[in-house]
Amino acid sequence: MIEICPFEISRRDLLVSSAATAAFASVAGNAHAQISGNEMQQSSNVSFKVNGEEHALELDNRTTLLDALREHLHLTGTKKGCDHGQCGACTVMVDGRRINSCLTLAVMHDGDEITTIEGYGRPGNLHPMQVAFVKHDGFQCGYCTPGQICSSIAVLQEIEANIPSHVTGDLTEKASVTSAEIRERMSGNICRCGAYSNIVEAITEVAGSKA
Amino acid sequence: MRAFTFERAESVRAAAESASNNPEAKFIAGGTNLLDLMKLEIEVPTHLIDVNGLGLDKIEVTSEGGLRIGAMVRNTDLASHETVRRDYGLLSRALVAGASGQLRNKATTAGNLLQRTRCPYFYDTAQSCNKRMPGSGCSAIGGVTRQLGVIGTSEACIATHPSDMAVAMRALDAVVETTRPDGTNRSIPISDFHHLPGDSPHIETALEKGEMITAVTLPKPAGGMHIYRKVRDRASYAFALVSIGAIIQADGTGRVAVGGVAPKPWRVDAADAALAKGAKAACAELMADARPTDDNRFKIALVERTLAAVIEETRDKP
Ligand SMILES: Cc1cc2nc3c(=O)[nH]c(=O)nc-3n(C[C@H](O)[C@H](O)[C@H](O)COP(=O)(O)OP(=O)(O)OC[C@H]3O[C@@H](n4cnc5c(N)ncnc54)[C@H](O)[C@@H]3O)c2cc1C
Ligand code: SF4
Ligand code: FES
Ligand code: FES
Repeated sequence: MIEICPFEISRRDLLVSSAATAAFASVAGNAHAQISGNEMQQSSNVSFKVNGEEHALELDNRTTLLDALREHLHLTGTKKGCDHGQCGACTVMVDGRRINSCLTLAVMHDGDEITTIEGYGRPGNLHPMQVAFVKHDGFQCGYCTPGQICSSIAVLQEIEANIPSHVTGDLTEKASVTSAEIRERMSGNICRCGAYSNIVEAITEVAGSKA
Repeated sequence: MRAFTFERAESVRAAAESASNNPEAKFIAGGTNLLDLMKLEIEVPTHLIDVNGLGLDKIEVTSEGGLRIGAMVRNTDLASHETVRRDYGLLSRALVAGASGQLRNKATTAGNLLQRTRCPYFYDTAQSCNKRMPGSGCSAIGGVTRQLGVIGTSEACIATHPSDMAVAMRALDAVVETTRPDGTNRSIPISDFHHLPGDSPHIETALEKGEMITAVTLPKPAGGMHIYRKVRDRASYAFALVSIGAIIQADGTGRVAVGGVAPKPWRVDAADAALAKGAKAACAELMADARPTDDNRFKIALVERTLAAVIEETRDKP
């Protein structure tokens, strides 16, 4: 039998080793860029909590929150789709609000509390929204799913908090959970597999309404 | 993305000074437009000044009975604010018609006003663009121009300003409040805030080097019905082809601002005066000097029809 791949490297090994290289490079780059200790350097210190755990990092200023989570903390549940705010795959919660982690700098989150899909639930101990996505087949390839689930949880909280949407009828009345509201509020999460209608069913079930 | 140094500003004055001392510095608010453009190396600041921690996130009633909106108030918070929903509904409506829930949670009042054009040639660094690289030419002219401007444009640039919020601010007669590096403040009426391109499309606003937006104020409520109608290629999460922000009183008079057609939110005094005569009359004034391309001529008819639909809506509702 011919050996096709003599150097079996798993994706995870590769990630860990490239993160190590990046850490080395940033330390080196750092020493170079330091100007008389007046903060004029190209990396910064930042501490934030992710899924309840405190992390103190020294990061190149360019590092997005998404890359900090994936490449530095190895929380790879959060996905990079477009890296430009257009797809929602990178959606995480920061201080209780959903944002696109690709369009924010990690160094701008000092002291923040971040929740990623890993923080909502894990196999054996799933969040009700995760259970509903499984039950309703709210995904096919699954790539957009962590972002969809984070957004879904946030959407129900946003309706509860009476934040209006484009389809809200009367601005002075309380927003309600309808299929139209869910669809509009989920429009920042794109699914190439087109699992949309099942996603709406999953959210509707969790909302406990017959939208 | 090019490397940059980063600072968390200590005060408004210090932020403005730092920005004026460092010619390649930029303020960063929500980051949703700036970082997008930095990744593409369309924006290449060497220093970023984070202005989020300065307490500019409050909405207060002014002594004139209007509203003072801090520069760092998030789009979500502004759209959700009780007074805004009740008295400035047009603003809430315009905000929630823009971007996505995630983006609105980050995007700020100042950042939204200062977001840059979505002209596809501005975004493509392989193309010449007078806005991105002054004097290099405009690839859009003679190119694909369906989304681009029909009025207020120039031989140098035909891009539009993409903000929905700014259209509402224009109809509401908002005033942009700033602090300059020397510590002086000024108030810029929204009508003077965005510049037309002329022969310098890279100069987009009245802001001077280092000048920082601290707030946007609204005069006391104008009453009337507030309607924001956005026409786009998909029902959500897309920029406007045409949008209308209107405040219409019971007698049919009112004001109207148009988005998606010009380098700034487009409002014309004569159109406001003609509004009671109907969409055709108002649109004739709004689009009087239009210079569309063959690709985007449809926007002129679309403005009239969208305005007609808006006026119709005010008649349907008591
Ligand atoms: C996928 C996508 C879809 C979108 N769709 C829409 C849409 O449909 N409608 C719409 O209106 N918008 C839309 N947007 C744009 C969005 O509204 C803007 O990105 C956002 O409002 C910018 O605000 P920010 O606070 O993030 O600004 P930033 O990105 O932080 O800053 C933008 C600019 O403002 C400057 N700045 C920031 N604060 C100040 C200050 N206080 N003083 C002086 N200068 C300052 C910065 O230096 C920068 O040049 C969309 C964006 C994306 C990514
Ligand atoms: S229209 Fe303006 S922004 Fe677009 S390519 Fe021409 S100069 Fe650049
Ligand atoms: S990866 Fe952030 S929105 Fe697509
Ligand atoms: S499940 Fe494949 S992209 Fe959504």
